[in-house]
Amino acid sequence: MTGMVALYIFMLAAFTGYEVISRVPVILHTPLMSGSNFVHGIVLVGAMVALGGAHTPLEKIIGVIGVLLAAGNAVGGYVVTERMLGMFKSSRAGRGRTGTEAK
Amino acid sequence: MPGWLSADLVIQASYFVTAVLFILGLKRMSSPVTARSGITWAGAGMAVATLVTFLYPGMSNYGLMLPAMAIGGALAWWSGKRVAMTNIPQMIALYNGMGGGAAAAIAAIELYRGAGTGYVTDTLAVAGGIIGTVSFSGSAIAFAKLQGLITRSVRFRGQQLLNLLVLATALVLGVLVAASLDASPAVVSGFFVLALVLGITMTLPIGGADMPVVISLYNAFTGLAVALEGFVLNNAAMIVAGTVVGSAGTLLTQLMARAMNRSLANVLFSGFGDTGQAATGEVSGILKPIEASDVGVMLAFAQKVIIVPGYGMAVAQAQHKIWELTQLLLDRGAQVRFAIHPVAGRMPGHMNVLLAEAGVPYDLISDLDEINSEFETADVALIIGANDVVNPVARTDKSSPIYGMPILNADKAKNVIVIKRGKGAGFSGIENALFYLDNSRMLYGDAQRVVGELIQAVKSV
Repeated sequence: MTGMVALYIFMLAAFTGYEVISRVPVILHTPLMSGSNFVHGIVLVGAMVALGGAHTPLEKIIGVIGVLLAAGNAVGGYVVTERMLGMFKSSRAGRGRTGTEAK
Repeated sequence: MPGWLSADLVIQASYFVTAVLFILGLKRMSSPVTARSGITWAGAGMAVATLVTFLYPGMSNYGLMLPAMAIGGALAWWSGKRVAMTNIPQMIALYNGMGGGAAAAIAAIELYRGAGTGYVTDTLAVAGGIIGTVSFSGSAIAFAKLQGLITRSVRFRGQQLLNLLVLATALVLGVLVAASLDASPAVVSGFFVLALVLGITMTLPIGGADMPVVISLYNAFTGLAVALEGFVLNNAAMIVAGTVVGSAGTLLTQLMARAMNRSLANVLFSGFGDTGQAATGEVSGILKPIEASDVGVMLAFAQKVIIVPGYGMAVAQAQHKIWELTQLLLDRGAQVRFAIHPVAGRMPGHMNVLLAEAGVPYDLISDLDEINSEFETADVALIIGANDVVNPVARTDKSSPIYGMPILNADKAKNVIVIKRGKGAGFSGIENALFYLDNSRMLYGDAQRVVGELIQAVKSV
């Protein structure tokens, strides 16, 4: 990937992020923040590659910390977002059944 | 495996699919109808990317990698499953900080190696390193504050100057490393330590109420750091996902700051209330208490009721009782709506999550713009644990710190019932003129108990 192409990808992705969010209602701000928090958990693949190429003990220690943190970001972000969004329902889906979310 | 099908092609193609799934997932999360499937799509993307990364040629250290993934993932799974919905904001901060830390770790490995992979790559690694590290330590402080581990906001004269100094020094060290002038381990370590300090000192002075905006900002930071490290590793999935989150997070931060009537600079560089004096403006009139039984009768015969919940409702865990009361009123043929101010709860949209947890369908919930014209025709506005967001002073009193903040026009309703624990002022310390209006009545007590009494009162009518 050449530098200029990378720059174009960066620019287009930035506009995409802006467009995707721009019309979101306030009621979804918190879940969406949590969802985008999950998406940057993709850092996990980078941390895996970094640890996979580590040689010295120092590199390995930092690599392990990186993978540990990244896995936490990805998994935690997913679980919390899924829990929140799972609770949103329309009254057409059947009013009267109260929340059954497990504590 | 056919000759044209290399591991690299499989990886690149899978990353492409991941990027598409992420963007579609985020898009679906922007509407309540499709939101749930959105996170599933994004999750599938993450699973694909993680699995194919094991195919990377020349990787070693699996003996360290797999346990690290298992431990990090398991702890996050466990904590994410059991956290109470009221504490969601700090969990987002925590997971976000972890992502920032991971991006910083990638940068650290690159920089300690000092391979001299070129000025551009080193500069990107340094930039991602400082942003990721600030996000890491800053999010940790944000978590500690919201969790109640740090209760004081540390402020002193010259604080901004000190932060600026720390930032400048970190940048100088970063330039030394990136320009290969001095990329010794000592300089690299100094760079990361200063970045850690910066995240802490930047976040400490910010008050708890502004924390959501800061968390959202750090979320954008982490996205950007991930994108920058993506460039370093030549990883397209990281570049696209990180950049999308970086820009979406920036926009979300602006929306949140605007909803709170603050500018981002204001949130970052001045504590709340620093500009105005607390408790301004005299309010005339008296507070008029009312009994739950009387409110019960009022509600039972009301045609249209608007409920305004605030964080006080969530603290009292009254949302389930409120939904029970709402169902009772709906069954009697009344029209019931929930009015949510953008800053109700700990962050925009948090109150919707809390109500959803209690089983309130989202189409009964309206935001400020939708509901404000409806108050004039409402028989009862029921204020539960909300205060500043319904204070008419924001419309009239130019000297008030909340002047100009959009508020819910609860004062326009025929009757206003305020459920409140005691007589204290709101979070901002400002007297609420709404409570003193002729059509207002105060119903004192713990929200959960009081709403329980209302349910009994309505039933006995």
